[in-house]
Amino acid sequence: MTTTTPEEENGVKRRDFLYIAAGGLGAVGTAAAIWPFISQMNPSADVLALSTTEADLSGIEVGSELTVVWQGKPIFVRHRTEQDIASAEDVDLATLPDPQPDSERVIKPEWLVMIGICTHLGCVPLKGQGDYGGWFCPCHGSHYDTSGRIRKGPAPANLVIPPYEFLDDNNIKIG
Amino acid sequence: MSFEPKNPAIKWVEDRLPLPGMLHHALYEYPTPKNLSYWWTFGSLAGFMLVVQIVTGIVLAMHYTPHVDHAFNSVEHIMRDVNYGWLIRYMHANGASMFFIVVYLHIFRGLYYGSYKAPRELLWWLGLVIFLLMMATAFMGYVLPWGQMSFWGATVITNLFSAIPLVGDSIVTWLWGGFAVDNPTLNRFFSLHYLLPFVIAGVVILHIWSLHTSGSNNPTGVEIKDKQDSIPFHPYYTVKDLFGLAIFLIFFSAFLFYAPNYLGHPDNYIPANPLVTPAHIVPEWYFLPFYAILRAVPDKLGGVLLMFGAILVLFALPWLDKSRIRSARFRPIYKQLFWIFVADCILLTYIGGKPAEGAYLIWGRIATVYYFVHLLILLPLVGLFEKPKPLPASISEDVLSKKKPAKEEAANA
Repeated sequence: MTTTTPEEENGVKRRDFLYIAAGGLGAVGTAAAIWPFISQMNPSADVLALSTTEADLSGIEVGSELTVVWQGKPIFVRHRTEQDIASAEDVDLATLPDPQPDSERVIKPEWLVMIGICTHLGCVPLKGQGDYGGWFCPCHGSHYDTSGRIRKGPAPANLVIPPYEFLDDNNIKIG
Repeated sequence: MSFEPKNPAIKWVEDRLPLPGMLHHALYEYPTPKNLSYWWTFGSLAGFMLVVQIVTGIVLAMHYTPHVDHAFNSVEHIMRDVNYGWLIRYMHANGASMFFIVVYLHIFRGLYYGSYKAPRELLWWLGLVIFLLMMATAFMGYVLPWGQMSFWGATVITNLFSAIPLVGDSIVTWLWGGFAVDNPTLNRFFSLHYLLPFVIAGVVILHIWSLHTSGSNNPTGVEIKDKQDSIPFHPYYTVKDLFGLAIFLIFFSAFLFYAPNYLGHPDNYIPANPLVTPAHIVPEWYFLPFYAILRAVPDKLGGVLLMFGAILVLFALPWLDKSRIRSARFRPIYKQLFWIFVADCILLTYIGGKPAEGAYLIWGRIATVYYFVHLLILLPLVGLFEKPKPLPASISEDVLSKKKPAKEEAANA
């Protein structure tokens, strides 16, 4: 070969530039092509459209509970008794694994609305069981109190309160 | 053949499972004829398309429902609701056509350069097996959206088997899992449509294994004789194939983004109706030549036999072609016959898409007869009587002779 590759003063060859330019473009193109294949596993538009649930509270008597479905998850809507509320408020927060006053967990004290999924590994706790008069998760033995706070067992956190609002006295919108 | 990995981890694996060495041999040092043209790029493009079809297909299966009540709607769900679902489905639908385009070019390349001749007969057979598997896979895939064309395509193609004497009807009932194309048919087609691409991938490995045993054919048809004739696969053909891929992707993208339904049929956007057949049903374009042969015969069993025969006869090609010269470059008569054969196949494709009546029927019959005359009569005879041009002594000599100035070339001639 009689032709030679011209070399710049600092040792950078034209070929180096071509390698980096071609490789860089190839990498960007490949990444752009891969993205749709990752994105397609996220919730589709019809799933996202089901992001709120409304619940009618009028039929829930004091001391009973309704389970509604929001985004495929069970939501416990508990109509608490005076006794439930009193025992939830009368707790030394320092003794709780995940300290949170009951007032932060409710909008109206008689209505406790929370996601009925154990914060340990995702089972649904049973109502009216456990050592604290609230919920008990049968999978691995987590005890929740009448405010849905973790008291004993492996779960790291209190049952989660979903975003919700009162539309009127008897109706709530979750999500 | 000596592969001495420098990386100790790779060496550790190589000593226990010589996979790195196999890959190194196949993709790096594989001695490739140094004169391969871009006609040799379609094999790697076909491999690329198989990967595209498998990847997009696995994604579609995550969102698709194989049930007669939900299949059509689940495809629309993919098109409208799933993130980039429209892109992935169009990739898969157009990808099938792209796969057939590159495979047809790959096959015609083999015909022109005599790539099916000894010692590559088995390589050719494996390619034909891949082609048959592709046709079965594409047909069953087209049924899955459960539109009108899906349903009636499934009905017509499965009914081909009813032409078999005595047991035909029982076979069709067995294929359907019922007394008409229905949910059991859809379910088994989905299952097999998912399975067959992996079978294809397996046969592709055998195809490449066989290729690397015999070595690649080349435009001269003269085998590699010494080191001068070959260059390592990497970087020469990896780069050449990547460039070919880039050009091909532009072609693919043009369909994908600007004419995604051009190769499809509008009727398949009408949900399947077992009570009404569309007025004009035709298969996808890649089946049209065989469909034309089917319709050319005014007899049910005869048409079916001839259609399958059109593919099966290709298995006998290594023995039908009597010429010992591979490349059509050195076969002046065969070269012309080859292009007539290509034109005949294009004519069959055109006829297959037209209604089976009048002049179309007559031309369909002429083209069908010529298809078999070419393969069964002309090919053996030409091999016996044709006087080939002188072959170059080696690939290297052929390549270098083109570099000489025109004056010297003329003096040598």
